[in-house]
Amino acid sequence: MKRTSKLIYIVSIAILIIGLSFFGCKKQSNEILIGGVGPVTGEAATFGQSMKEGFELAIEEWNQNGGVLGKQIKFIYQDDKGDPTEAATVWTKLITQDKVVGIVGTAMSKCSLAGAPISQQNKVPMITPTSTNPKVTEVGDYIFRACFIDPFQGTVGAKFAYENLNARKAGVIFDVGNDYTKGLAEFFRDKFTELGGTVVAFEAHPTGTTDFKAQLTKIISNKPDVIYIPDYYNDAGLIAKQARELGFNGPLVGGDGWDSPDLFKIGGTAVENGFFTNHFSKDDPRPIVQEFVKKYQEKYNKVPDAFAALAYDSMYILLDAIKRAGSTDPEKIKQALMETNINVVSGLITFDKNRNPVKPAVIIAVKNGQQVYQATVNP
Amino acid sequence: MKIPIIDFIYKKFIKRRMTIFIVGALLVMFLIILLQKYNILNAYIIQIINVSLVYVILAVSLNLINGFTGQFSIGHMGFAAVGAYVSATITTLVLKITPNSFSHYLIFILSLIAGGIVAAILGFIIGFPSLRLKGDYLAIVTLGFGEIIRTILNNIDYVGGPRGLLGIPKFSTFPIIFVIAILTIIIIRNIVYSTHGRALLSIRENEVASELVGINTTKYKILSFVIGAFFAGIGGGLLAHLVQIAHPTQFGFMYSFLILIMVYAGGMGSISGSVIAAFGLTFLSEGLRVGLYSLSNLLKFTVGDQWRMVIYSLLLIFIMLFKTEGLMGMKEIKVLIPEEEDIHE
Repeated sequence: MKRTSKLIYIVSIAILIIGLSFFGCKKQSNEILIGGVGPVTGEAATFGQSMKEGFELAIEEWNQNGGVLGKQIKFIYQDDKGDPTEAATVWTKLITQDKVVGIVGTAMSKCSLAGAPISQQNKVPMITPTSTNPKVTEVGDYIFRACFIDPFQGTVGAKFAYENLNARKAGVIFDVGNDYTKGLAEFFRDKFTELGGTVVAFEAHPTGTTDFKAQLTKIISNKPDVIYIPDYYNDAGLIAKQARELGFNGPLVGGDGWDSPDLFKIGGTAVENGFFTNHFSKDDPRPIVQEFVKKYQEKYNKVPDAFAALAYDSMYILLDAIKRAGSTDPEKIKQALMETNINVVSGLITFDKNRNPVKPAVIIAVKNGQQVYQATVNP
Repeated sequence: MKIPIIDFIYKKFIKRRMTIFIVGALLVMFLIILLQKYNILNAYIIQIINVSLVYVILAVSLNLINGFTGQFSIGHMGFAAVGAYVSATITTLVLKITPNSFSHYLIFILSLIAGGIVAAILGFIIGFPSLRLKGDYLAIVTLGFGEIIRTILNNIDYVGGPRGLLGIPKFSTFPIIFVIAILTIIIIRNIVYSTHGRALLSIRENEVASELVGINTTKYKILSFVIGAFFAGIGGGLLAHLVQIAHPTQFGFMYSFLILIMVYAGGMGSISGSVIAAFGLTFLSEGLRVGLYSLSNLLKFTVGDQWRMVIYSLLLIFIMLFKTEGLMGMKEIKVLIPEEEDIHE
């Protein structure tokens, strides 16, 4: 019994110390606090890392130019592990403990959906850089987003395939257990049919499979001009490989899930003659993009991906709104956000009535193992 | 001179440790509510306490299966998922049809129980393989079961499929979670120290021998799964109404492992161990977040949030290295042990 009670002592003291450390934080009044959330551990860790770099680059630029409202910006970036429970806790912390002015985050829709009600309830404006689920901004009028939503990408993909690639027959293969690829596939089919093309095969594959030959054989036997593969890079690479093995030589079209250097490692030469819709391309000739790419490369010694670009954009949108609002009053920031009209890396952004951005998408071509900027498509 | 009635009340209630436990728990609850009201505890800390309490329910119920009955189940979150989806579907549906005609909290409690019952039915089904399988083999079956549940939920469009079930009202408030957690602890403690509990313990110690002395091992193994699953279902329901989203990935095997870690770190076969581990690990995880941030401010050097998980994992390794049997071992805090047990010590 003695050892047990000793143990209880140790545990309770430990809890007490941890508890006390919660009260030990002080806030300085000459700073404006912005909260950031992203997964830096767990399955989506690479997204969170890119986002963090994008956020910090934007903050650094603003701080060098004198901050916002005459105050320096302080940024608190927190890990949500890609877990909704953790995200809800993090949101509560940023709002009630740190008392941030606004929140930028997070990568995955399920986590943003856990955080959004807390932001809405406490009236803290929030911009999610990359959560594409339409429901996120439907939570309330304090929730904004910097990326386009799934329907838009499917629509743009169809428009590009029909008009630029002159395809009239398309095959579609998608992951039945993933809302992202399912959404893209459905909107591609609708738009492509609307434009006058035919979707000759609309094939689902289960999550986690590596053999797509059954679905691909069926698609290719219908002789499509183009195959739409809205999967993530790992599946997309394998599908491309197997499609080429089965003798398909036409163009492949995908979504922003293709955006990874690993696409070439997995797909090899099979992904050549592939095109995908994306938020931004590092080869986009617009000066604002080139300046961002240069600064990012100087600071982190690598090429920015879409997550970094969108994170950078969302930070700019939020800080710009605070600047125009002229105060940190959430009501005014919300108003200013609605009136956003700012030229950022991913294009000229305004918000529609559902607080989704209205902006163009870029098409990237895969050529000789490189991503090459192809075109900008307006909605 | 003794007055019989007072003597009776004294013996029956005041001296009983259970009374002390319940009164103590209620005092803690009111203290926390009071501190919350005067803003000494902010919403962040209340949120951590709420999450910890949900983990207490899940860990204690898993302990009944793993710790007391000696069955190696690692699909506990599967039961929680069922409870979460059933109760969240009921509450969202009722709120949609008749927004104001019923007491919300009555609906909530009933939906939690419904979730628990559906989970218990699945526990009954999964209990059957446990009659034939032991150890690692049972572990694989339960793991598979958890994944089956997750995949099925992923493919039901009615509950949102891979998008998750959204728009769940935030009904899980601190007092509700607290009371349910305390009830879970009391009920499982009463089971463990009852005749049936002895049977469960004997199965853990030696299944063949317990069968030889006339214990219906079939019945008791299934019973343990059913009860464990019931409380897991309730825990899942509370979690869904706390986070306001139920997503299939929230109930993946990584989370089953988290609960399993809590049971092992706290001590197999110790309810108080599970409670301490559930609170300890959740507070540790958040405490490191705040701690690392303060450290970064102090050192003027950014220690990233990702290091949190490294320290957390290291501490877990140290616990298991130096206290192999878990923090509490198989011991129990005295208030949870009935007085009658003292004779055996």
